[in-house]
Amino acid sequence: MTKFALKGLLGRKLRTALTALAIVLGVAMISGTYVLTDSIDSAFDTIFTEVRRGSSAVVSGKAAFDLSEGSGTSAPAFDARVLETVREVDGVALAEGSVDSESTTLIGRDGKAVVNGGAPNLGFAIANGESAFNPLALEQGRWPGPDEVVIDTGTAEDEGFEIGETIGVQAEGAVERLKVVGFVRLDASISIGGATLAGFDLPTAQRLFEKEGRLDEIAVAASAGTTDAELIRNLEAALPEGTQVQTGQAQAADDAAGTNEFITFLQSFLLAFAGIALFVGSFVIANSLSITIAQRAREFATVRTLGGSRRQILVSIVVEALAVGVAASLIGLFLGLGLAKALFWLFDAVGFTLPNSGLLFETRTIVVSLLVGIVVTLLASLRPAIRATRVPPIAAVREGATLPESRFARFRTAGSLALTALGFAALGYGLFGDGLGTTQLLIWLGLGALLIFVGVALFAARLVRPLAAALGAPAARIGGAAGTLARDNARRNPQRTASTAAALMIGLALVTLVATLAAGITSTFRGAVDDVFTSDYAITAQNNFSPIPIEAAEAAAGAPGVEAIASTRTGEARVFDTTEFVTAVEPDSGEVITLEWKEGSQAVFRELGDDGAFVDDDYAESHDLSIGSPVTVIVPSGKRLRLTVQGIFDPPTGGSPFGRVTFSSETFDREYQSPRNLYTFIQTRGDITDANTEALEGALADFPNAKSQTRDEFVDNQIAALNQVLNILYVLLALSVIVSLFGIVNTLVLTVFERTRELGMLRAIGMTRRQVRRMIRHESVITALIGGVLGIILGVVLGALLIARVDFIEFSLPTTQLVVFAILTVVVGILAAIFPARRAAKLDPLKALQYE
Amino acid sequence: MENGSTGAVVQADDVTRRYGEGDTAVEALRGVSLEIARGQLTAVMGPSGSGKSTLMHILAGLDKPTSGSVSIAGTEITRLKDSDLTKLRRTHIGFVFQFFNLLPMLTAEENIVLPLGIAGTKVEPGFFKDLIGKVGLGDRLTHRPAELSGGQQQRVAIARALVSQPTVMFADEPTGNLDSQTSSEILALMRDSVDAYGQTTVMVTHDAQAAAIADRILFLGDGLIVRDLPRSSQADVLVAMNELTAA
Repeated sequence: MTKFALKGLLGRKLRTALTALAIVLGVAMISGTYVLTDSIDSAFDTIFTEVRRGSSAVVSGKAAFDLSEGSGTSAPAFDARVLETVREVDGVALAEGSVDSESTTLIGRDGKAVVNGGAPNLGFAIANGESAFNPLALEQGRWPGPDEVVIDTGTAEDEGFEIGETIGVQAEGAVERLKVVGFVRLDASISIGGATLAGFDLPTAQRLFEKEGRLDEIAVAASAGTTDAELIRNLEAALPEGTQVQTGQAQAADDAAGTNEFITFLQSFLLAFAGIALFVGSFVIANSLSITIAQRAREFATVRTLGGSRRQILVSIVVEALAVGVAASLIGLFLGLGLAKALFWLFDAVGFTLPNSGLLFETRTIVVSLLVGIVVTLLASLRPAIRATRVPPIAAVREGATLPESRFARFRTAGSLALTALGFAALGYGLFGDGLGTTQLLIWLGLGALLIFVGVALFAARLVRPLAAALGAPAARIGGAAGTLARDNARRNPQRTASTAAALMIGLALVTLVATLAAGITSTFRGAVDDVFTSDYAITAQNNFSPIPIEAAEAAAGAPGVEAIASTRTGEARVFDTTEFVTAVEPDSGEVITLEWKEGSQAVFRELGDDGAFVDDDYAESHDLSIGSPVTVIVPSGKRLRLTVQGIFDPPTGGSPFGRVTFSSETFDREYQSPRNLYTFIQTRGDITDANTEALEGALADFPNAKSQTRDEFVDNQIAALNQVLNILYVLLALSVIVSLFGIVNTLVLTVFERTRELGMLRAIGMTRRQVRRMIRHESVITALIGGVLGIILGVVLGALLIARVDFIEFSLPTTQLVVFAILTVVVGILAAIFPARRAAKLDPLKALQYE
Repeated sequence: MENGSTGAVVQADDVTRRYGEGDTAVEALRGVSLEIARGQLTAVMGPSGSGKSTLMHILAGLDKPTSGSVSIAGTEITRLKDSDLTKLRRTHIGFVFQFFNLLPMLTAEENIVLPLGIAGTKVEPGFFKDLIGKVGLGDRLTHRPAELSGGQQQRVAIARALVSQPTVMFADEPTGNLDSQTSSEILALMRDSVDAYGQTTVMVTHDAQAAAIADRILFLGDGLIVRDLPRSSQADVLVAMNELTAA
């Protein structure tokens, strides 16, 4: 019997291959995700471990609370004299101090900052190039002395720098030109992704980072016979307040914590899309199997007359599915390696270069990929397999045997509606239920969406006739007889058309959902900026989000035509026992920003002084704050700022432009190390003019990482970041659409096979090959459009529901995108028809008629 | 075999079969009783709509009678569960179809031994060799059905029906899809298998040439057995048929 099952697959190679493709792609995505994230993870781990190589212990500044990675806020540096203290401690063989910065920008030959997406621009001190603490290897030249710099080989090659030339370096102040004396790389010869390296001697680094007389870290090597634990104990006893010590390994793990978190997120994010692709794939498989099983009804009946039991029929189909699942999962597993490469490339293309130390293929990747692929295939095969067991033996002697209706067929409509309702209920509970955590919320949303998709897919069979009539009308008009036949073909097996369309429906619903959310966010964001940003120009980093040195704004302030200029800084602080983003504003902010005050007025900006603060009304309500209420803000150094609420504002729908608590820049600059600006807004004489634009650009010449933009440019640039995220989402969802495209191909191929005789008859009575192709193509487009229409409607509804939940987004219909999606649907239909239509047209009418 | 003494391996008792309900109901069989003797080739003849196919489906357990009983090898089959009926088919029933019903992905030989594979039994080498020789497929055994002529396909089908040495072989219009030359060859093969193996066979046909090889010919008309002839010539069969349609 097993042989019978497997031989059956070989006898239908093409159909089997098309069915398997649906699973191959989903599994490839799983395997690719694991390979990608494992590879990045290992690359980062290697980098962080490498950096701490040779350090028995690391002394660092201690923040009063855990700072989130990449917030721009770092632990305060400590007095350089601590180094002397450390050197005196028992068991210390060697100790060296250093300073570092994650935003030390190198300036390329074109005068532009070398910034690769979100990758850090690392600057650090190399106290002694020959010491065991130095993780860098010199490729060319020598270690840096005063006012000299070594840069990474990658940047040197990309930008064409030679030893002995000067290069622009910008850390906290304006650009300085330093002499390049060496090219370095990480000793472990590992790609560092888009990061750039700039190494200086200690005094130069301290000056550039504005940390004169202070240190960020001290690397310590234990003397022979001293254990790490002893060393740590001795150091802890000797170290002053505001510093901490841990082993080199623990420090490496700490360093890696932020990236590990990011990688875990990336992994779940990509796996979610793999899951969606597999879900769509399961529809394709179930549908393909249903069709083949219907076509083989007589075969099964014959086996029954030969003494085959229902169980044997079931087993033979499950064995077939198992074989397909195993083969498809294996192919998918290895295709995942290629996909991981493609994803590295994709992230690189959107400016998000990741470090890479070669692809990693873990056992877990193999186990999960194979297991998921096989289980999904088996589950998808179950329903068709059970239907096959219901073929009665007598079907062997009947012409045109068909599958008996499922026992549950009469509950289908009610059942599908109940499922859909249940789905919306789950979704509604997830969205509007009280006190749900993020994970729970996502689970309810996912479950709801899943039920809705299955419910609508089942119900779709009822919609096929009216939809095909409506969507097929143009086909019938332009396609003549072929078009009319195409429309009728799409309608003649509604269940099959519906299942085929459902796969595409899921992909399109998700794409539409994303577009709807994006349209909501974009339009609301524009509105918010219009309300708040009431001046002419803005200055941000080239990448629109990195904080930039305050000196940039100071330089711009000197430009002719500037009437008012004010910047916003941001950092982290502990407020009401929670780590929050806080912002600081300059006194002139009232001239360039307008808030809608519930309490207080525009004058608040100027009157904040040493201890004033303002908050949004939401925060005020949840912490019961009113004018005069005290708010204690703990800054990273541990100092408590006792502030008083002076104003409460009503943020625009697009969200508050400020952190939870906002105080004066004067206070911020005193309490935060290396304060930087997030945005600078400028009011100019005569508003936006070419002269003003030129004046600002000129003023920023020494700050290549800063750019001045007009209001409109600023809005577009901010939205561009969102669009980048959108593009990634679209690319990932495209996978599901491709899977559903194969589903349509598969259905059409099977249908053509089934209608061989009919096609022969049509050719015999005078239909041309061209008309045959057109007929198949129109049927394909009608099927795709049914999926498209259902998907787009579902996507808009889901999007509107989500937006209804989130009060800072307003619904806005993404009309342009929806038209594009509708066109895309037609394209999918046309593409899917190419191969089946060719096969149908190639049929020899005579042979087609002889076919048994 | 349980009914060895009487020589009857298939028995039908007052079998009726009605399709549909109320006004549109059709009586396909209106009380048929018969016994099929061991080792005989019985032909069931009759014009279209006489109920001959329905009778065979019911005798073979493919369809259930509205009333009456059928037993094969002493087992009453009309009330058997699906699983028991499946077991019965494995040991007692062989089928030959009008459209051959070979599995397209299996070779001729694989098709022939398929019933044994399904039942989980082994082929008896001596018998199998003899059987293959008798159906005369020679070097075509490794071919797939699509590569065989209609006659060759039906030979494979007959071998498949015989391979498990069933108590009774049912043949449903075995020559209905073949030209007359090939038909003669297939009929000769069926006659030979009855003579050589004592294979009890029930054949439904409307072909007088086919009926002429039978040991006994039952004529059905309007859902009843109207004549029961012993072995007859093709001419006699035609005469009987004409009388039937004229009546």
